[in-house]
Amino acid sequence: MSEIEVSRPILEANQRIAQENRRLFREAGVKVINIISSPGAGKTTLLEQTLSRLADDLAMGVVEGDIQSTEDAQRVAACGVKAVQIETKGACHLDGQMIGQVLTAFNLNQLDLLIVENVGNLVCPVEFDLGEDMKLAVLSVTEGDDKPSKYPQLFQEAGVLIVNKIDLLPYIDCDLERIHETCRRLNPAQKIFDLSCRTGEGMEAWVDWLRAWTKS
Amino acid sequence: MHELSIAQSLLDIVLQEAKRHGVERVIRVGVRVGAFSAVVPSALTFSFDLIKEGTVAAEAQLAIEEVPLTGRCQDCGQILDNMDSPIADCPACESKKIELTQGRELTIAYIETDE
Repeated sequence: MSEIEVSRPILEANQRIAQENRRLFREAGVKVINIISSPGAGKTTLLEQTLSRLADDLAMGVVEGDIQSTEDAQRVAACGVKAVQIETKGACHLDGQMIGQVLTAFNLNQLDLLIVENVGNLVCPVEFDLGEDMKLAVLSVTEGDDKPSKYPQLFQEAGVLIVNKIDLLPYIDCDLERIHETCRRLNPAQKIFDLSCRTGEGMEAWVDWLRAWTKS
Repeated sequence: MHELSIAQSLLDIVLQEAKRHGVERVIRVGVRVGAFSAVVPSALTFSFDLIKEGTVAAEAQLAIEEVPLTGRCQDCGQILDNMDSPIADCPACESKKIELTQGRELTIAYIETDE
């Protein structure tokens, strides 16, 4: 009977690949965002609205992650931005290897910003580093103001939080201040933007921030 | 169910370590899972049991140690043990600035063999 000490991070293989992705991104001078939300929070609509406002200023690329279908990549391509779809065929998250495998589809040296839309899921994608500079959490007000305290890992790790669908606030019981308060407690440095992709309210502040961050 | 991906990464390491140390039968795998990691221990065990068949770890049981969430007050240095939630006030000075120091672990600690 003997015990052999190992002491290794279980996800070290993913971490290694993510670091290699990160090195490629840095060398090419491209900033990378990993968007995470539950299904239906408005990630793809946010992308469409963001890409169309930044198309003249930034060279962008998009990686779309979904369990199935290429619908999202088609919606993004309609904005004139190159989009590559990853169909995970059942997996609930993207990982470093899936991202590494599609990077050859882009000329990274010519890009300013690569946006990865993860599979819609508030839990699993948080554990898998892709090599991104920043995680962006999207929460729609219709999901309820208790989500940051119920799924704290994402809201703690996200550098930016977008609270979407604020045009619906008059019709639902959602305390916007509670979302802000919980997220400030989880991550005091987090930038928060309240907006509506549908009406465009609040979009300019977000887009201005993203433009400046990408060029920084 | 990202526990299946995590179980696969875990099994990969177990098999590497068994090979490296010439182990032919692993009977236990020690794992440390933080209370604030997004991993459910029972789902990890279920997934590991599914994929271990036909390997040197086929009879291995997962021994999961849950690492409690621990924080430290950034204002007065008070240590907060066994926190229920990552959002907490300091019991000593009521500061809201609590830095989490433990609870995000996801590591393999050891493998055990009866050889």
